[in-house]
Amino acid sequence: MSVFKGKVWTFGHDIDTDAIIPARYLNTTDEKELANHCMEDADPQFVDKISPGDIIVAGKNFGCGSSREHAPIAIKAAEISCVIAESFARIFYRNAINTGLPILESKEASEALKRGEQVQVDLEKGEIKELSSGRTFQAVPFPPFMQEIIRSGGLINYVKERVK
Amino acid sequence: MGHTMSEKILARAASQKKVAPGDLINARVDMALGNDITAPVAIKEFQKIGVTDVFDRERIALIPDHFTPNKDIAAAQQSKLVRSFASDMGIKHYYEVGRMGIEHALLPELGLVLPGEVVIGADSHTCTYGALGAFSTGVGSTDLAAVMATGELWFKVPPTIRVHFKGELRPYVGGKDLILYTIGQLGVDGARYCSLEFSGPVVENLSMDDRFSMCNMAIEAGAKTGLIPPDEVTFNYLQGRAVRPFEAVVPDADAEFLEYYSWEVEGLEPQVSLPYSPANAEPVSKTAGEPVDQVVIGSCTNGRMEDLRQAARLLEGRKVHPRVRLIVIPATQEIYRQAMREGLLEIFVEAEGAVSTPTCGPCLGGHMGILGEGESAVATTNRNFVGRMGHTSSKVYLSNPSVAAAAAVAGCITPPEEI
Repeated sequence: MSVFKGKVWTFGHDIDTDAIIPARYLNTTDEKELANHCMEDADPQFVDKISPGDIIVAGKNFGCGSSREHAPIAIKAAEISCVIAESFARIFYRNAINTGLPILESKEASEALKRGEQVQVDLEKGEIKELSSGRTFQAVPFPPFMQEIIRSGGLINYVKERVK
Repeated sequence: MGHTMSEKILARAASQKKVAPGDLINARVDMALGNDITAPVAIKEFQKIGVTDVFDRERIALIPDHFTPNKDIAAAQQSKLVRSFASDMGIKHYYEVGRMGIEHALLPELGLVLPGEVVIGADSHTCTYGALGAFSTGVGSTDLAAVMATGELWFKVPPTIRVHFKGELRPYVGGKDLILYTIGQLGVDGARYCSLEFSGPVVENLSMDDRFSMCNMAIEAGAKTGLIPPDEVTFNYLQGRAVRPFEAVVPDADAEFLEYYSWEVEGLEPQVSLPYSPANAEPVSKTAGEPVDQVVIGSCTNGRMEDLRQAARLLEGRKVHPRVRLIVIPATQEIYRQAMREGLLEIFVEAEGAVSTPTCGPCLGGHMGILGEGESAVATTNRNFVGRMGHTSSKVYLSNPSVAAAAAVAGCITPPEEI
């Protein structure tokens, strides 16, 4: 796994998958097309403002609602490097791991980090560092079972090895 | 110490003597589901695995229901991909427009999901089948791809929140009101990662259609599944439908719960969930007078026979308010036929409502009733998030079919007994 560095974009609690990628754009599976509408109903200008590597920081229950995998796909294809939230809705959590979108749960980081701050994330250690002040937050690292899926490069590679 | 329904079903599917909340297990899956939005992503992923066959042609259901009848060329391409995959793989349960239904109404109707089984679907409302006593949960497309290839999936065994309802329901109050009330009490993440189990005399007296409405919206409290112990009502429903023998599972009397709630329903009014959260549940009398532009009666939550009968009782001999557009969507072709035989469709059309072929359509802002800027709708659907049914400034009020029909007649939210 790797270390990411990027600018923080903050969102509130209960950001649902309709806000992450509205259903009106689900008539395609094209990742670039989905990325063009990432977070559109939460912040219509989001895609124009972000730079590759930026980080989404949200409150609790991020990704609630629909099971659409288009949501983590859109975020990843928009070149967001990582999503940090107080908590994730369970289907989104699974989908993020399965599609290889790095996510971390940390209530402290979710509450403390502000829009525009530069943050460094070490996914393996679960460490989140705000670069100007050096404040560090410790997220719960992935359980070993999921680390294995992530190490395989997502669920499909993991399954590939199993059906060999 | 005894075990909950989820623990017992998952232990059996994982060939383990017992499992406990938090255990990571690999379980056999009895039925896997995808639709015209989620299956295309799953098919792409399935093809990367490198297997040539699905694990079982009879245990996968592919239902084009979200943007069908195809709303545009892109949607038609997605349906086409699903259709040709189903044909190439010889998948038995693929249903075309004119024969299909909204997945979560269709699968139970066809007896494809059964008590004691493990069911996954690439759709969040897959939790609906908990009404039949199946451990059923929504997953993403990649999970569906993995199951199509292997017939197995990993699960984290959830802890259980038990909600017990006692007392007697008032007229015009049913399963939808119980679940909106529950979500209002627990919040949209109150049951996150948990299994939500419903019990008590009120639940035992509910019809299957009411039970489906309840379990359908367990996800709206963040739950992994919503379960009702199977009983005579369940077994009567399955008589002549079940496509396989099944072994029902009920919870142990001394099962351990993470949380336990016992609620009295005596004074419970029909519930309305205000924008923009299903957890904003209020008694209908408190929201009365709110003007509406559109009413939608249908969806995987409330598009079944009982729902249509309730709506028809209020619409019979009346007209839809001149300012309101009423859209009625029977959830399956069989429900459509039955509603036709019972004269319900005639009641809706005579009332100047529009009746559509089965589709998820407006529920997710797909087609067949999109809201414009600032418009309001009362809908028997399941979500009222920002932009869910159309413009980001539009509003959706969630309710049961009687409240929706009453709003269609009155032009504003109105307690059904006042019609």
